[in-house]
Amino acid sequence: MTTPAVTDKSAGSLHGARLPKWFPVAAVAGSLVVAVAIGLGAGLQSRVQWGLIAAVLAVLSTYVVAARVEGRRQARDRIATSLVWVCFLVAVIPLASLIWATVKRGVKVLDGYFLSHSMAGVADTQPGGGIYHALLGTLEQVGLATLIAVPIGVLTAIYLVEYGRGRLARAVTFFVDVMTGIPSIVAGLFVLSFWILILQMGYSGFAGSLALSILMMPVVVRSTEEMLKLVPNELREASLALGVPKWRTILKVVLPTSIGGIVTGVMLAIARITGETAPVLLLVWGTNFINTNPFQDPQGSLPLYIYQQYANSSGSGAAYDRAWAAALTLIAFVMILNLVARGIARWKAPKTGR
Amino acid sequence: MAKRIDVSGLTAYYGSHKAIEDISMTVEPRSVTAFIGPSGCGKSTFLRTLNRMHEVTPGGRVEGKVLLDDEDLYGTGVDPVSVRREVGMVFQRPNPFPTMSIFDNVAAGLRLNGTHRKSELNDIVERSLKGANLWNEVKDRLNKPGSGLSGGQQQRLCIARAIAVEPKVLLMDEPCSALDPISTLAIEDLIGELKERFTIVIVTHNMQQAARVSDRTAFFNLSAVGQPGRLIEIDDTERIFSNPSVQATEDYISGRFG
Repeated sequence: MTTPAVTDKSAGSLHGARLPKWFPVAAVAGSLVVAVAIGLGAGLQSRVQWGLIAAVLAVLSTYVVAARVEGRRQARDRIATSLVWVCFLVAVIPLASLIWATVKRGVKVLDGYFLSHSMAGVADTQPGGGIYHALLGTLEQVGLATLIAVPIGVLTAIYLVEYGRGRLARAVTFFVDVMTGIPSIVAGLFVLSFWILILQMGYSGFAGSLALSILMMPVVVRSTEEMLKLVPNELREASLALGVPKWRTILKVVLPTSIGGIVTGVMLAIARITGETAPVLLLVWGTNFINTNPFQDPQGSLPLYIYQQYANSSGSGAAYDRAWAAALTLIAFVMILNLVARGIARWKAPKTGR
Repeated sequence: MAKRIDVSGLTAYYGSHKAIEDISMTVEPRSVTAFIGPSGCGKSTFLRTLNRMHEVTPGGRVEGKVLLDDEDLYGTGVDPVSVRREVGMVFQRPNPFPTMSIFDNVAAGLRLNGTHRKSELNDIVERSLKGANLWNEVKDRLNKPGSGLSGGQQQRLCIARAIAVEPKVLLMDEPCSALDPISTLAIEDLIGELKERFTIVIVTHNMQQAARVSDRTAFFNLSAVGQPGRLIEIDDTERIFSNPSVQATEDYISGRFG
């Protein structure tokens, strides 16, 4: 361990002993060295165990040293800081390693050919083929679901914030909350029993969109509601006091003020449903061929493609590579959506510039 | 152009809570009437009943009559939207629309009411900004966002926005309480000019301001917390500040309570 520099304690009541600025870094480095030594000495195989030992050592040593040198209050401050850092790392490491693994394995077969060809005529165990049919299916299904869910969701949120009073509003809020918790498989089964079994419609991309829109709607309602609530009441009153009718006030003052946040919420909702597999499996069925018509016959879909490549591969490396490449495409798609959402939010945010 | 307001027996509620009770008064056209009184006595509530903004608050409702040149604002079949076009309002805190430029803010009332060509809008915006003594400061940056102005400029922008729709009456709810003395002076000068064209009602906590800008002053008070506010008296400003007829007014003005 390092020896912390101790400053003069008698300088006055405002001066206390302070650990030097490099102390936290030194504590972490020291803990890592000790943890590696313990790990090697005890023959621990897992790097995760080494990391956990290092984290515990870092937190403890920081506390002990700080308590001795700086006093109890500062030591508590430091332990809180180091706990926050540990939590941050625990959250970030799996995320980073997931992206790393996906990119490393996904780039093997991800190229123009892969993006522009379907799996028609390619056996699951053979190399070759692509995800064009699945990408197209996902785009169409998610697009249709968005077209259904966004108008309903935004209008519901406007009702709840601007008009809703009393029992109906409370009931709507309650059911939106309930809908938030619907598992995707249940939404899929609901549409399956209603659309395919009762109405006798066939498997299609649109059936999948119906289930996806059920999953998307509560997310859109919730986020839009929060954004509309953030619009200061003074702006509504200013507009009403100009003799502007309420609906025009909502359309021209309230919505433009909150549009950035609403778009962000919609994009996050799209990101959430893009990766849904269960309803697609039940309703879209999946195919290896290109089907551009979402209203008739089974379609492909990226999450479903990943699942099928894995499930039908019987251990074939080519199928695994395709599954990873499709996963990378899916993550990239969601990430691009998020970046677009941020861009729109920044572009549309109320201007404060002078 | 300016119109007279006749209020009789007006009582306003928030839900079951009675905020003001049985207020009757006359506001003369082309004059400035100031409302003074302690916090919570219902000045602002009363002001908001004069252009039907009170009912925008959930649970807000009103009994009694408000005549705008013989037309009852609370009569059956009266559209609150058209009332608000006749009776404009300026709020305590400057509230320009954050998504709009200076020009769009002033044009908002006209545009949101769905009318007007570009050339006509240009004229009205220029005239309104000149009317609010803001034109010289912003004429070179009409396309910049309104929220980039200083607090005093923003408040004058809000006044320009309110007078752009040519109301008959202008209600001002403590328009200077968020401003520094120089901006306050600018707004007070402006009020003096605007009263040539509009009927102005202003709520203020600043007694000197009431004495400076108003022709008539109304004193509101409430007997206890939780009780409804009442109009104690209304008279020429000079009399209210020199020789009021009610003891409570004199106590309030001389700072003995409230």
